[in-house]
Amino acid sequence: MSVLFDEPGPKAVRRIRVATVLGTLAVVALAVLAVRQFAANGQLDAARWQPYATWPMWRYLLNGLWSTFLAAVVSAVLAMAFGLLLALGRLSPRAWVRGPSAAYVEVVRTIPALLLVYVVLFALPRYGLDLPLFWKLVVPLTVSNAAAYAEIFRAGINSVERGQMEAGLAIGLTRLRAMLLVVLPQAARRVLPSLVSQSVGLLKDTSLGFVVSYGELLYSGKVLAAYNGLLIQTYLVVALIYLVVNMSLSKLARVLEARQPVTLRRRTAGA
Amino acid sequence: MSVLLDHLPELWQGLIVTIQLTAASFAGAAVLGAVVCALRVSPVRVLRAIGTAYVEAFQNLPLLVLLVLAFFGLPEIGIQAGILTTAIVVIAVYEAAYVGEALRSGVNAVSKGQGEAARAIGLTFGQSLRYVILPQALRTVVQPLGNIFIATTMNTALAAAVGVVDLTAAANRVNLAEAQPIPIFVGAGAAYALIAALAGFVTGRLERRLVILR
Repeated sequence: MSVLFDEPGPKAVRRIRVATVLGTLAVVALAVLAVRQFAANGQLDAARWQPYATWPMWRYLLNGLWSTFLAAVVSAVLAMAFGLLLALGRLSPRAWVRGPSAAYVEVVRTIPALLLVYVVLFALPRYGLDLPLFWKLVVPLTVSNAAAYAEIFRAGINSVERGQMEAGLAIGLTRLRAMLLVVLPQAARRVLPSLVSQSVGLLKDTSLGFVVSYGELLYSGKVLAAYNGLLIQTYLVVALIYLVVNMSLSKLARVLEARQPVTLRRRTAGA
Repeated sequence: MSVLLDHLPELWQGLIVTIQLTAASFAGAAVLGAVVCALRVSPVRVLRAIGTAYVEAFQNLPLLVLLVLAFFGLPEIGIQAGILTTAIVVIAVYEAAYVGEALRSGVNAVSKGQGEAARAIGLTFGQSLRYVILPQALRTVVQPLGNIFIATTMNTALAAAVGVVDLTAAANRVNLAEAQPIPIFVGAGAAYALIAALAGFVTGRLERRLVILR
């Protein structure tokens, strides 16, 4: 039960019943309205949906999904590695390491990913750096997500008790070795759920391939819609695929979260 | 540097559009998010399910997919509005899922005894929400809401990808005409960073004034 209400009494039970009926009616009305709108504009004709009961259309979109995964995984791995370095940099005792790392994270967090994409698309070629298509999407995503991963890692490292680092130093490890051997393994396990949900965000960002013309899922949808002229159907199918994939990943994040001991969950919640 | 001054009118117009998009869609998201939160904490199972479905759907769909669907899909079924209005509505609907979740975490952070005490002295559901729960819940979510505001600012840039001429699109156009990427993109990035810094400053002040230490 939430803080807001107790077990309902007889009057409350009646009110709940009324609200249930009204809520159900509202959903049904919305669905009817949507279907009528589709029908009135001839978008419900079997011929306009039939292509999506055939394999070639799906094969094309699933190819796009594969490219989405490829871009997401490569950029997640690079961004996590870079993010970890930034997090260690921000926690470093040396000011000349700490300053630049903090500046990078704070600045990049406030710049839209699309602006970075435009920089890679239109600014870098002018200076003779014309990346292959795949990297035109992956590089800006890596640059922007590294800052987000860095903050997650930093929260995780800060959540490990000070005594762990001190114990490491006491048995004669250097700061770096104590960090790598004692603190980081514990921090990494704690932030795993946050890493997964940030990766869902990264997977959502790969839809910027639409701008780059890299053949990921959304861009594949655009190409397909231009080819068969079924705009709303194609984009709805694309949305459905994104929904299924991302909901599974989000579910994974929740399962990982639920497996953490309760005391740890509270400490890293701020990440 | 002079390229920025030469094209100041276009860039300024882009900045205005970005600010309009951000302000209008965040206001919409705040209202809609409050509704979503109310649905998710209500004692009625059907309403909770609607709220959960809303949050799940819009947190897991990329914003760009929603924008593309609204700009190129909806006209096919006879739903069409001006491009700025469409962009505002789509971004508001998308961010409302995040606002709703932030508000809900605030409500859950209020300790259970507060609600029980409110009911024990005879306040109704609405009264206990209005006088006891919400004032405490809102104070704990100042920072999360500030972060959502900053994220909204960043996300409005995606409207450039579907044809809204905001700051990002304006910067891109000026660059295509002048081919001087460094001052133009650095200038645009600085404008975004400035908006975010301003939002961070305001939420920081608000939080210091409002926070209850427990």
